[in-house]
Amino acid sequence: MNIPYTVEERPDTGLANGKLGIWLFLASEVMLFGALFSTYIILRTGAEEWPHGELNIWLGAVNTVILISSSVTMVMAWASLKMHNFGKHRLYLLVTWLLAAIFLVNKYFEYSDHFGKGEGPWHSTFLAIYFTLTGLHGIHILGGMVVMGYFLGPGAKLWKTNPDQFTNRIEYTGLYWHFVDLVWIFLFPVLYLL
Amino acid sequence: MHSAPNIKKYLMIGAALLVFTAITVAANQLHFAVPLAITVALVIAITKGSMVASVFMHLSDERKWIYGSLLLTVVFFIVLMSVPIFTVMDTIGTPIHHAATAEHTGR
Repeated sequence: MNIPYTVEERPDTGLANGKLGIWLFLASEVMLFGALFSTYIILRTGAEEWPHGELNIWLGAVNTVILISSSVTMVMAWASLKMHNFGKHRLYLLVTWLLAAIFLVNKYFEYSDHFGKGEGPWHSTFLAIYFTLTGLHGIHILGGMVVMGYFLGPGAKLWKTNPDQFTNRIEYTGLYWHFVDLVWIFLFPVLYLL
Repeated sequence: MHSAPNIKKYLMIGAALLVFTAITVAANQLHFAVPLAITVALVIAITKGSMVASVFMHLSDERKWIYGSLLLTVVFFIVLMSVPIFTVMDTIGTPIHHAATAEHTGR
């Protein structure tokens, strides 16, 4: 049995089901991260003092540049499919995946530095919310890498049988990836600079 | 719904996002007073976020069902962000004798 409206738009919503589905998922993600940002505000306003300069601003800035660049390559991966250039699509998607991996490697070094000094989440309120927010964000990066890895591997076969559906799937992956980038755009100043 | 991909636009937005990141870090080096630093950082972050959402996520050219679901999200997000304010204003659980003492001593 075929799943309906994977390519064509539903008459009532004017959208393919996957498009509406990914946006509803992202709406739930907004609430998930929103709850943690709200928690951060409560913890920070309630704290007698809040540490400054605990994190490496330059490493955070480099990771911001990496994620922004990965958003550009991700949208280019989708645009290449729209222009029926599968080769370029694969190149851009691979670069996006690699940038995501570099982001996580940087994060690993940051985490290692903290744990090496005995500064885990238990060390202070700031580090507790820092590890919670960046840890959850890191899991999202990892999730995105798994999906991109699938479309670089076995999932790519769909391009031959149903290119429109494959293009839609890459678009939904891109929407998720841009959201992950968007969350980091707020995490960077909130945790590293303020 | 969105029109054909505009490569030049994507690259320009990408470059603008990098410039805004540089401005955020540079502004931090100036060591503004905390309220101003928070305002500057959040204004830049909101600008960058809007650029990602409107151009990369094509929100500037979408169907009303997407806008509808996001409008609902925005409403609940605002409620969520108001929770810290409610927390500060909340006096439920404050011992009555504390309130009475404060009133008696004029504090």
